[in-house]
Amino acid sequence: MTSPLCLCAFGPLAQVNKMQDLSLHILDIAENSIAARAGRISIKIHESKKTNLLTIEISDDGMGMDDNMLQHAHDPFYTTRTTRKVGLGIPLLSQAAEHCHGQMTVETEKGKGSTIKASFQHDHIDRKPLGDIASTAAVLIAGNPEINFLFELRREDEDLIIDTEELKNDLEDIPVNSPDVIKIIKDTINDWLKQTNYVIE
Amino acid sequence: MPRLTINDLKKIKENQKSTFKLREGGYRAKITVHMGTCGIAAGAREVMTAVLDEISNSGAEDIIATTSGCAGLCAREPMATVEILNSPPVKYVDLTADKMKEIFREHITGGNPVEKYAFVVGSETTY
Repeated sequence: MTSPLCLCAFGPLAQVNKMQDLSLHILDIAENSIAARAGRISIKIHESKKTNLLTIEISDDGMGMDDNMLQHAHDPFYTTRTTRKVGLGIPLLSQAAEHCHGQMTVETEKGKGSTIKASFQHDHIDRKPLGDIASTAAVLIAGNPEINFLFELRREDEDLIIDTEELKNDLEDIPVNSPDVIKIIKDTINDWLKQTNYVIE
Repeated sequence: MPRLTINDLKKIKENQKSTFKLREGGYRAKITVHMGTCGIAAGAREVMTAVLDEISNSGAEDIIATTSGCAGLCAREPMATVEILNSPPVKYVDLTADKMKEIFREHITGGNPVEKYAFVVGSETTY
């Protein structure tokens, strides 16, 4: 266990290698959108063997960033939080993309929202696996039922779309975070991934 | 395009009709899992998944789970704060999915805080 003396800065630095797959990066970036008070967050993951690309796009309608803040977004020692002095979420995703001939970009407008795009060379030896994206979706939806999430997964021509705004309308009075609903969302994603594995293998 | 089918939704609606009202009427316990970059890197998602599984298994309608940001104690992540109605909140540190399940049984269901995993008794703000 890490010494409790290195409370802030060294905790996450010692643990960077634990951000093992892209689904954890996605959860981390989406948590930024939640912190930016987004009402709607869309997460798009596209995989293609033909173009040899994996792209991730996370966009929100949160508070966005001004020019000054955007300039600092890649700087690990810049953070909006007051509880510690390092912010590693965006730099870690940027690093993960650059390690496999990809890149990460941030588009943002103060008061309108932010979009983060990351691309990865699909067959690069250093590309992190997608990981447990179903758990990421379950945790985000269950923990933030008031936020509308759109998940768009695409592998070549196959796609899966889960839009909790639509889902909430269909469910009427049933809360979107009730265990049965979360389980179906998780199973739907996992089944789709299993069915479409052949596309990207 | 595969999507959630109408039958799935109908099934949920039938199962839930009798119970969903309770959920809206407030909750007895709230579990907040800290999901800053530090928490996620240390395994917070598995802890949150354990919470969701336990809520589902228990069938309880008066327990909610949510997430918050970094609490400034990155070295002790994953962390979770358990709030039981009319009791002071308890912060747990260095969690794993198994520890979280034990806390769920002992503290949330049983009403006895698990002192060996607790860091401090105090308040918590979520964003």
